[in-house]
Amino acid sequence: MTIVVGYIPSPEGEAALDRAIVEAQRSGSRLVVVNSSKGDQLVDDKLLDAREFHLLDERLASAGIDFWIERSSQGSDAAENILHVAEAQRAELIVIGLRKRTSIGKFILGSTAQRIILQAHCPVLSVKVNSGW
Amino acid sequence: MDTFNLLMDGFASALTPMNLLFAFAGVMLGTAVGVLPGIGPAMAVALLLPVTYGMETSSALIMFAGIYYGGMYGGSTTSILLNTPGESATVITAIEGHKMAKAGRAAQALATAAIGSFIAGTIGTALLVTIAPFVVKFAVSIGDPSYFAIMVLALITVTAVLGSSKIRGFASLGLGLAIGLVGADPVTAQDRLTFGIPTLVDGLDIVVVAVAIFAIGEALWIAAHLRTTPAKTIPVGTPWMGKEDWKRSWKPWLRGTAFGFPFGALPAGGAEVPTFLSYVTEKKLSKHPEEFGHGAIEGVAGPEAANNASAAGTLTPMLALGLPTNATAAVMLAFLMMKGIQPGPLLFENEPELVWALIASLFIGNTLLLLINLPLAPMWAKLLKIPRPFLYAGILFFATLGAFSVNMQAMDLWMLLLIGLLGFALRRFGLPVLPLILGVIICPMAEVRLRKTFQLSNGDISGLWSEPLAVGIYILIAVLLSLPLWIALFRRLRGKPAVSEDAIAIDHIEVPSDEAGAGSNQPTNTSGLKGSDKK
Repeated sequence: MTIVVGYIPSPEGEAALDRAIVEAQRSGSRLVVVNSSKGDQLVDDKLLDAREFHLLDERLASAGIDFWIERSSQGSDAAENILHVAEAQRAELIVIGLRKRTSIGKFILGSTAQRIILQAHCPVLSVKVNSGW
Repeated sequence: MDTFNLLMDGFASALTPMNLLFAFAGVMLGTAVGVLPGIGPAMAVALLLPVTYGMETSSALIMFAGIYYGGMYGGSTTSILLNTPGESATVITAIEGHKMAKAGRAAQALATAAIGSFIAGTIGTALLVTIAPFVVKFAVSIGDPSYFAIMVLALITVTAVLGSSKIRGFASLGLGLAIGLVGADPVTAQDRLTFGIPTLVDGLDIVVVAVAIFAIGEALWIAAHLRTTPAKTIPVGTPWMGKEDWKRSWKPWLRGTAFGFPFGALPAGGAEVPTFLSYVTEKKLSKHPEEFGHGAIEGVAGPEAANNASAAGTLTPMLALGLPTNATAAVMLAFLMMKGIQPGPLLFENEPELVWALIASLFIGNTLLLLINLPLAPMWAKLLKIPRPFLYAGILFFATLGAFSVNMQAMDLWMLLLIGLLGFALRRFGLPVLPLILGVIICPMAEVRLRKTFQLSNGDISGLWSEPLAVGIYILIAVLLSLPLWIALFRRLRGKPAVSEDAIAIDHIEVPSDEAGAGSNQPTNTSGLKGSDKK
């Protein structure tokens, strides 16, 4: 079985990844990390560069799980990418990080998380940065 | 002290709250477009031309001056942070500046660029004030043959001396001159190149041509190369400089200014040669030559100052002779013509308020740039994160609106699209944009001079060299054109390789292939840039 996690280098992305690693360790599933950017910005910190990719690789290797990192710098947006990977891998679970968005921001730009939750065919676990209490 | 009084009058009219606001808007907009690679000040001014129909001429000109200086400044920010020179003049800045940024000294690089630009811009504008009246006195006394020769000199130098490929440069110039010829003959009123279309008899509107080449061409080019792997930001704090940095910067600033202004003030123009000369000089004079190539602050300070001083210098031929030598100045001149003001030596006499308000606003704009840019540098870097589809949708919208509002004719929109495709083709085949735009703007002016010359000499071709000044200029053109041959010959005699050490230094800049040659303000790529383009 497979767990898919959407990851970008941000607090939300880290929270999602941490939780996804725990889930993968618990169920012994394969973890697929999806990192993507539409590539329409001149400067984009969401996409992993070679160094960050390497660090992530090391970190997942030391977690003792089976994993794969999907990195795409072009084409479709993050929601589409994650859904596509989840479907192709027949994922049992999608893990995403949530960030705070104003309702106007959501209205204009839409919400990636909302699209994933509504369109996914498997359970979606959404994580907030300060989820522990 | 007549000049001084006129300048003070200029300050009085530039310092009204309304004009200050326009100057502020100009420098903000200019910096923003300068930061974004591919969108230069020339495009910004071209897009704003239709907006300024209803505005006071002086207010609009003040805003354009702000955009002009702001664009210079913004270009250096991108060079330093991204290693993507927004325009050819900041190519040299990228060499050392980006290395400094990578070494964690982005703040110092930005600071020395900003303060150097301010100092060079201020000194350059002061020199403009002192020199321009003399140039005007001289320009009024010369006749049509010499005037025509000067225009030929400007076109040839911009095309042949500054560009990477002479053939491409002349091809672009030829296209520009052809577009400039469209319409009725000024003397005999015969239709030329109108293809039977009645709206073309008046000639192509310069606004339509400029907007099409800069905005539509660039948007099509970006659309064809949209999906690229994005770059990473280099974190920047507020720019600041330590004592050591000041000590190492102030001399390069002054030397850069000394290189930049004369080159800009010549009717040959171009900031490339002085920035390059400044870089080489700093490398020779530096106490830390080993740091060059690894982020030497002198290598940012000198070329940046040279760049801005030459920007100020460029305004000398534009205001005093009516002869623009870079794209932004060309579009500003088009604006003056649109407003029914005759550019040329009589501009200072006929429109003193306008000219001096513009010059005063250069001082003001420069100071504003320093004040807003030092604290705002991190914000400007964020502009690079705007998704490009949003950006270019906006540009296309304004371009179309602008082109239509000039004459309210659907025909203009077709011309916009057609010339926009030409602009795309220019970028596709690596043709520089600057000779084309200068050709379009200078062609009608040069034609008038040429026809007058022939009328004076009864159609005899010897009228062209009937003045000693004209003869001198033609000799100068011949020397400039044959210069590469002489240098090659000289090198061969001394048995040295044809490629100099410094040419190799430029090869180190990594320009993403979609940016090289794509910038609206980047028509004159250095040979090094073209080299990396082909990778």
